Amino acid sequence: MIAETMAQGHSLLHRIDPRLRVLAAAFFSCAVAVFQTFTALSAACLAALVLLLVPGLNFRETGRRLMVVVWFLLLLWCLLPLTYEGAIAAKIGVVSIYWPGVRLSAQITLKSLAIIAVFTTLVATIPVNTLGQSLARLGVPAKLVYLLLMCYRYIFVIEQEYHRLVAAMKIRGFRPRTNLHTYRSYAYLIGMLFVRAATRADRVYQAMRCRGFDGRFHSLATFPPHPANQWFALAAAFAMILLVGLEWMD
Amino acid sequence: MTTEAQAAPLISLRGIHFAYPGGAPILKNLDFDLFPGERVGLVAPNGSGKTTLFHVIMGLLKPTRGTITLFGQPVATEADFAATRRRIGLLFQDADDQLFSPTVLEDVAFGPLNLGKDREEAVAVAQKTLARLGLSGFEDRVTFRLSGGEKRLVSLATILAMEPEVLLLDEPTTGLDDHTRHTLTHVIGELDLAYVLISHNARFLSRTADRTYSMEDGRILLDEEVHFHEHVHAHRHGQVPHRHD
Repeated sequence: MIAETMAQGHSLLHRIDPRLRVLAAAFFSCAVAVFQTFTALSAACLAALVLLLVPGLNFRETGRRLMVVVWFLLLLWCLLPLTYEGAIAAKIGVVSIYWPGVRLSAQITLKSLAIIAVFTTLVATIPVNTLGQSLARLGVPAKLVYLLLMCYRYIFVIEQEYHRLVAAMKIRGFRPRTNLHTYRSYAYLIGMLFVRAATRADRVYQAMRCRGFDGRFHSLATFPPHPANQWFALAAAFAMILLVGLEWMD
Repeated sequence: MTTEAQAAPLISLRGIHFAYPGGAPILKNLDFDLFPGERVGLVAPNGSGKTTLFHVIMGLLKPTRGTITLFGQPVATEADFAATRRRIGLLFQDADDQLFSPTVLEDVAFGPLNLGKDREEAVAVAQKTLARLGLSGFEDRVTFRLSGGEKRLVSLATILAMEPEVLLLDEPTTGLDDHTRHTLTHVIGELDLAYVLISHNARFLSRTADRTYSMEDGRILLDEEVHFHEHVHAHRHGQVPHRHD
């Protein structure tokens, strides 16, 4: 089960309108993704990491999430400087380290950390259900929103079905080995999960039709105003202008 | 009985045939009437077509032959059924099929919203229905984190919130503990609605159904001979849970 650890909280951030947070995170990520200069990138990364310090966030959890990216980045640092050829920065024996590789690795590092930090603080702190509703209010097509919400709702049911099937295999003495029988059994397992998911989808749709569903979803969500909303919007807009300005000046 | 006999049936099926693609016919020349105020139990072996019958009544499955009359109007097309579905509440066997919304309140309000109620009305109806089932305080609970019994009761709430005139309950007590079954028996017993109830639980049926039908060979038979009763008797090891065949 996906525990929404980040979404349970009462920090100032949690109380800001989720739509504003989604918008801010989206604009920030798009901008950071196209930034080239190190001034703008460093500033963005710094700003994002400062956001992590907002009181009320679970440090251990945010740290754990950042570490996932850090491992990926380490891998990049091992490969890119050696393979992306250009001006040589240093030579260790027969191995050369190239400038363009180092530059690219640094850019990717700053961009990834900035985007992950912003999404962790602004978006991961929204419960998935609220996220869906805010996306709907922001004009994201209803089909996409309900795809997200239904995935989230039924992934647990499908997971339970998976565990039941695995248990049924185990009690009949199934032990995975490297042989055709194992591959075939796993193929059956996956096939059966798809079949069950499909019949489940049929039944859910039938149940929805029985309750008068005609293809249009109605949402009950309301987003009460909060004084922090305006301050957050102002600060986010100011930060964005500053970052874009830094990128332009260089 | 005389008043029931004079009133027009809510549900009337005549000569219904149905077979799943590539399968043997499961409903054969089936006739069935449900009159206002009738509380009917349906007991029959697995695979005898009880759930199929419910889905035919709701228009989810199309019979190959036969006529369906709901509330005095013949229904055949999807548009006909769309209009009658809101007047008939079907409780599915698996509550996970029924509860798809993130929170309990949203799921219960889903039906009323589809019926064209505005937000305030839908929330009011949902809250009233939840309170009636003893589920006040469940509004913001996440549907997939409910227990099996809670899921079943919330499913019933989602149906009742649409204020149906007929209920079709597909094995409502399966897999419930004694406490939840008791609540459900109580709630269903209090309903002022006609309903058809599929159950294998004789004791539950004896408390909730006025008459019992069985299904055999694709048809519905009135089971006048079946009378559910409890009796007390003594024998050795009587305190050990057991059953008599």
